[in-house]
Parts: sequence; structure tokens; C-alpha cells
Amino acid sequence: MSSPEPFRFRDCSLTIVSLGRVARNLRELRAELAAVPVGSLQHHFYDAFLRPSFDDREYRNDFAAWTRRMLRDAPLAERLSVVDPLDCDDFEDVRDRLIEVVEERLAEDPRHADVPDGMEFRFLRSQLVYFDTGVRATTIRELKERLPKTTTGSVFYHFVEARFRSPQKRDDYSSWLLGFGDEGRALADRLARVDFQLWSLPETRARIAGCLDGTPEGLS
Amino acid sequence: MSIALRDYAEAAGPEVIDALERLARPLRGRRVVHVNSTRVGGGVAEILARLVPLMKDLGMDAGWEVIEGTPDFYGVTKTFHNALQGVPAAPTAAGLQVYDDVNREAARRLGPSLAEADFVFIHDPQPAAILRHLPKRRGRWVWRCHIDVSRPHRPVWKFLRPIVAPYDASVYSMAAFAQPLPHPQYIIAPSIDPLSDKNRPLEESEVQSVAARHGLDPLRPVVVQVSRFDRFKDPIGVLQAYRIAKRRLPIQLVLVGGTATDDPEGDAVLAAVREAAGSDPDVHVLLLPPDAHREINALQRRATLVMQKSLKEGFGLTVTEALWKGKPVIGGRAGGIVLQVVDHHTGFLVDTPEGAAFRMRYLLNRPNAVALMAEKARRFVRENFLLTRHLREYLTVMLAIDSGGGDQVEVA
Repeated sequence: MSSPEPFRFRDCSLTIVSLGRVARNLRELRAELAAVPVGSLQHHFYDAFLRPSFDDREYRNDFAAWTRRMLRDAPLAERLSVVDPLDCDDFEDVRDRLIEVVEERLAEDPRHADVPDGMEFRFLRSQLVYFDTGVRATTIRELKERLPKTTTGSVFYHFVEARFRSPQKRDDYSSWLLGFGDEGRALADRLARVDFQLWSLPETRARIAGCLDGTPEGLS
Repeated sequence: MSIALRDYAEAAGPEVIDALERLARPLRGRRVVHVNSTRVGGGVAEILARLVPLMKDLGMDAGWEVIEGTPDFYGVTKTFHNALQGVPAAPTAAGLQVYDDVNREAARRLGPSLAEADFVFIHDPQPAAILRHLPKRRGRWVWRCHIDVSRPHRPVWKFLRPIVAPYDASVYSMAAFAQPLPHPQYIIAPSIDPLSDKNRPLEESEVQSVAARHGLDPLRPVVVQVSRFDRFKDPIGVLQAYRIAKRRLPIQLVLVGGTATDDPEGDAVLAAVREAAGSDPDVHVLLLPPDAHREINALQRRATLVMQKSLKEGFGLTVTEALWKGKPVIGGRAGGIVLQVVDHHTGFLVDTPEGAAFRMRYLLNRPNAVALMAEKARRFVRENFLLTRHLREYLTVMLAIDSGGGDQVEVA
């Protein structure tokens, strides 16, 4: 069997653009969810991983976090927290599911007040700039050595965003490892257990590295 | 001693420096000019003093220009500053004329440099009207607004809006600060420089020496607030909080501020603070020169807790500085403080002097909690608010604007 092509480490950098659209209460959130571009939904689910923010957050997607912290609606936050774009066909499907959850909550309890000034949900979108790092790995050992030295932007590109480029919703590291027979398949199986939605990008990078090395952190 | 980009590898990580060099390749040789209103004093000048050399280090032809204002001009722009943050104040017609005259003169003086630049970043409202006096320009112009303009006093915003609307883009420190304008509005949080005199590690002997020079008792806790003497920083509220907490704790309070040439109200606020402090020997009101960075660094490191009880705030870089030094922060629920101070993790948000006093007592009685917060605080700043991240976002905005504004931009 021939070796796969070298793994090309790429990187990306985020810049955030304000859409100028806000929601002050649950009804406005529902209306804006229906109106904003899908890129904004993607930002609030995943691109936000690259945004400067406190990383020990209770919820990772911005909709769940806002409904918990600002609207103080714990049941709604819990339901929004399990809307998983990887279970959806695309972000239009994500939009439909979000709206369904919000409408269900509005039907249960229509008395949703406005949040205080300054606590509104502000819809954002991303512009992502992609570039090649020039770093390559030709063997599994080289991948193990070089991955911990990559940026969080690179981890985002290969481990998070890759799933939305891949028909199999697979990360780039696993796709490449599958070209290395049983050893590669075993490592890809381990990587599948890293739930990036629970961790910050530095933590995700540490867990991926742990998986490749077989250390407990990667397997936890 | 000049500091090179590679010197940041230890604080930010070598991979971050490699990525900056790759990202900047398409911008090598491009002319980038920043314009603001003061060379020293205030967070903007501090950021530009480091950002511009690093852009040069990355191969850009970067420059920094400062407009030359008059006392009248700074009086008008201070009124702008207050009004844009919601104070119902407005300059007179004569004041607006002074504003326009200074900007016209700046456009005449700086025109040759700015008209040929590929990117021009105009910082805050003071030099914003240069653009209208420079119709023949070829590059992209970006208005970088460092203050909270989310709820401006309308007459002043009505004056300023047509001045900033023709820019190609604007940049704000937080999404909440942005105003609707007919161009892309980017969000870039500011940063601190881990290698600057204000943030670099200091020997404990230097910290103790500075504390002793200012008469601080080495055995008792110290609460420090570092900020300009500005009513929005609520120094009087800090004094009130200190007095409540002092009933139970043997604390000392340091209110330390600098001066900035573009802030004519500082003297009046300082006088009010000194009067309120009275003769309490444990209250130290210090006015330091704008270059006293190491001294401020030492006082922050000597602090047991840091306060930033602002009523209005831009981003609150003094909070970032304190967190970088491993100090929990008791902060006002305002501006960017909300992004940085997370209850029970990096400090506490408060709304009143009473709340601040309670959190002082809470933290000063829990050294273990303070130690855990210190570790989280430092990691939080390392991952999010160092100058290298700020530089990366400037590069990214330039590349995004250059590409025409698509959601995804591929660079060679």
C-alpha cells in the first residue's frame, strides 16, 4: 500500500463582523433566527470557538449561553444546547431546529420579558482567512510531533470546520490517518471520541495530541 | 531596547509567531498608517507604540501619525468623548469649527502620507474628519473606535455619523459598541503587551521598593485601582467601597492614575478624589507621569485585589493587565469588563460600592479561591488578549477588506 500524500497543516484566522441585528427577548430571537444569514448561525455555533472569550463556559453555542445567562431560561438553554449541527443536513436545517425549539418554549410560556439594556443577543458573522503553514507530516509520527505545535486556528480548521467540508463529517486528521491501515484506523477511532463541542480549542488540541500518544488525557 | 516579533514567542507561543509571519506575507511592502491624537498617555497610544513596530517587523511599511490639537480642540473632543458615551453634552458651534479646523490642518500636513497609503486606520473621533478633507486618496480607510458608542447623545452622533460613514469599514472593541453604518463593522478586542514595562515580570525587590516608596504597609492587604481620574471610572465609588470594607478588614487603598494630553477634565476629578479621601493614611491617591509604566506594574503586582469599578468603560485594559498579573478583579458591570471578569472564575462583577465592598471581604477571606482565580486569569489573558492576537486580527481585517469582503478568503 502506498503512503498517503503528506498532511498539509493549514491555518485560519477569524475576524468578526457585526450584523447590527439584536434580540432583546425570545420573540425577537425567533424572528431574527428566521432572518439572519446562515453564516451567522455558523458563527454562533462554531466560529465563536476562535473568538476571544472565557473558555470555561457552561454552554458552547451562543444561543444556549445567552438564554441561560441573560434570559435566565434554564429549560430553553438545555434544549438549545443539544441542537447539534452535525446531526443536521446543513445550517438551514439547524435554523429550522432552533426555531422549533424556541417556538415550543414560547408555546409553553409566552411571558418572556426583555433583557436589560446591554444584554441583548447581538448577531455576528465571520470572515475567515485561510493560509498554508508550510508544515507537512508524512508519517503518523510526524503528525504526532507537529500537531501540538500548531495554532488553535489550525486545530479549528482541521478538526472543527473540516466536518462541514467532508461528506462523511470527518475531521482532516482522521481522514488522513485512514490511509495508514490498521494503525491509522485505530487512531481515527480514538479521535472520534474527542467531543470538541465540550472543550476550548487549546483543550481540544491537548486531547487530540493525547489520543495520538495514547495518554489518559486523550482517552478521557 | 527595541523588541522584535520573535521576542513574543515565549509569552504567546512560537506557533503563533509563525502564523503571523505567514498571514502577513500578502501584506509585505504595503503602506499602513495609524493616526490618533496623542503619542503618550491612554490605551490607544500604548497599543500603537507596539503594534506599529511589529507591523514593520512583518514587512509592512507601517507608520504612526499624531494630529496636533489645541487646548480648545481637546476640550471639544473630550465633550465628544463624554457625549458618545451617553452624557447629554454638546460642543458649541465655535467648538465644532475648531474641531473641523484642526482636522483640515491635519489633512494638509499629513495628506501626502495618507493619500498614498494602502490602509489608513483613524483612531477615535479626534482625527476622524481628516477623511472629508482628503478627497483624493487611494487606499482603504478604517475608523477604529475605541470607545463605547452604543448609546450616544444623539446630537453629537448626528454630527459625527456623516463624518465616519464614508469610511470603508469601522472597528469596535465589542459588538455592543457598534452603531449602524453603511459599511462593514468589525469587532476586535484590544490587547496588552506582555513585554512592555507595564506588564513584564518584575523582581519582587522592585515591587517591594515601589510599595515602600509610596508608604504601603507590607503586611496588610492592598486594593488597587489604576485608571485615569475620570468620572466614568468612579473613583469616588471605590472610596465608598473601601470605607465599608475597612470596617472589617485592615486594608489599604491605592488609586493611581496618569495624565493624558487629550483629557482636560482629569485635574478636576483628581481634586474631587483627594477631597473625598481626606486624611486617611491608608488611602493613597497617586498621580503618576504617563511614562511611569514600571511603577504601575509594581503597584498592580503588589495588589492583593484589583478594582475597576467603572460606570462606563471602553474595553478596560487595566482589567486585562491585572488578570495577566494573576490578580482577581472586582469590576463594574460595564463595557469590556463584562467580557473579562467572570464571577467566581476571574473575579466579580458589581453594580454598587456596597457590592464591591462585599466582594472585597469575600476574596480577602479566601486565599485559596484567590490562588485558583489567579491561575485562570493568567491563562485567560494568554489565550485571548495578548498583543499577538490583536496584531493577527488587524492583519485579518486588512486581508478581508482587500479581498472585497467575502466570508472566506484564501491567501497564498
